[in-house]
Amino acid sequence: MDVSVDFAGLKLKNPILTASGTFGFGLEFKRYGDLESLGGIVVKGLSLKPREGNPMPRIAETPCGMLNAIGIQNPGVEEFINKKLPKLPWKTLPVLANLYATDAEEFGELAGVLAGEEGVAALEVNVSCPNVKEGGIAFGQDPKQITKVAEAVKKNAGNKPVIIKLSPNVTDITVCAKAAEDGGADALSLINTLSGMAVDIERRTPRLANVIGGLSGPAVKPVALRCVYQAVNAVKIPVMGLGGISSAEDVAEFLLVGATAVQIGTANFISPDTAFKIAEELPKVLERVKAESIDEFIGSLKV
Amino acid sequence: MSANNCRAVKVISNKPLGLSSPGEEIVELKLEYPDWKPGWRAGQFVMIRPVSWPLDLIWGRPFSICNADETGLTILFQVVGRGTARLLELKEGDEVNIWGPLGNFFSKPQNRPVLMLAGGMGLAPFCGYVDTHPQPENLKLFFAHRPPLENYPYKGLAGKVDVEDIRETKPEDIPAIIARVEELVKEYADNDGLIVACGPHPFLKTIWNAANKYGADAELSLENRMACGVGACLGCVCKDGDDHHTQVCTTGPIFKANNLSLED
Repeated sequence: MDVSVDFAGLKLKNPILTASGTFGFGLEFKRYGDLESLGGIVVKGLSLKPREGNPMPRIAETPCGMLNAIGIQNPGVEEFINKKLPKLPWKTLPVLANLYATDAEEFGELAGVLAGEEGVAALEVNVSCPNVKEGGIAFGQDPKQITKVAEAVKKNAGNKPVIIKLSPNVTDITVCAKAAEDGGADALSLINTLSGMAVDIERRTPRLANVIGGLSGPAVKPVALRCVYQAVNAVKIPVMGLGGISSAEDVAEFLLVGATAVQIGTANFISPDTAFKIAEELPKVLERVKAESIDEFIGSLKV
Repeated sequence: MSANNCRAVKVISNKPLGLSSPGEEIVELKLEYPDWKPGWRAGQFVMIRPVSWPLDLIWGRPFSICNADETGLTILFQVVGRGTARLLELKEGDEVNIWGPLGNFFSKPQNRPVLMLAGGMGLAPFCGYVDTHPQPENLKLFFAHRPPLENYPYKGLAGKVDVEDIRETKPEDIPAIIARVEELVKEYADNDGLIVACGPHPFLKTIWNAANKYGADAELSLENRMACGVGACLGCVCKDGDDHHTQVCTTGPIFKANNLSLED
């Protein structure tokens, strides 16, 4: 079955992408599969200047999930452009840059730096990181800020599609989805991690140095599925679903509720070939559930 | 098509060594050789995750390669958490996903004395180091441990290289261990030797301090918590000599003492 999709103008050979922060800059996974067999990759979050991130410990395993408080450690956008991007097969593999900044103006500036980069297929805007003190989740919980950031990025993004990545840590995801659409976003991706915490009762300490972190993995899938379903029904722009996807069956669930594409995140840590295997298995799963085509299947949930 | 270096191999054996107490077992796990080409180097590690693990355990677990050849891959683990407790349940024939060999490796200098400093489970990489070193007569092992010696694969090493061990049975034993480590580090620094070390953080910090104090050429293997092992999650970072966060899994796990910061 042909599983290619059009996502906000991006021609994807399949709807399987990898989520920012779980796939490095893609090069780390070349030993474990053919990068070009994926629909695309979203690279580690980029800021204008390099960031050291948060102190250790930064990760904790939780039942069916994990907490992280990495804090957007990254080498900065210039190093990405000069050293990482040229090594990726971007002519045949859509490479999406994930942007992090502390205010709308800085987001706009960062978009401007990436706008002229031929190897960057689209910009995913992280307005919802729960692990940084500056900006971070505060943007993602304020619809006015979401609109403002979307406008600033869209203004400087040239012809690149702008995808706003939403936080689930809000009362009504549809308000945030509409706010992004109102700001001119071409698409949405959701969900970012859920704000969470883990503690050690022996030491009486938090398990993360940052105390609070972002929960991801199979534990969050029902929340993600609900958010995607609600967002799809609230906006006209396409939605990319992520949150706890660890099998081709999980992908089918997100497509069914209306996601046009998905991202594999924490499951890349279950084993480094997970995304490749899911991409291979998706056509078989869609055939098994008697989908006539992927376009017919997307959003065909009977409620 | 890229080669997939993640594969399932079968368990050959999985048994506690010595007479360790339940819940504190030190276990030797032997797996089928993953047919690595071009091979592996002592100090590298693997990520393993049993095929049978459900999603309540997400990550694989990192382990130093103890030894590996066509007869199998051996790792050593101590039961310390929910992952290692489940690893203990593995039986002969069970399948384990494995990816590796990962990270960098210890140097093997020609015609220089080498001091191996091992703390507890930090003994693991030195089994392979001794077996693959071209001049084992230049090697000395100092081993600090809490459980009895028979709970470790120590006997085989004692027959191959100069060995010395010290057991910590109570907190009052620690100053003697620190003093002996410092003495040995100074001796090897004075004689243009190489120090290779692996063990728990306080043990490595003692070595790091001594190496800096005496200007010793020392390589330290760090053991941080990891989610992916391949450089993607950034969960395992340490501070390098310039005080920048760097990934233990891909920049390390072996770091030169003078290019590392173990300050708290």
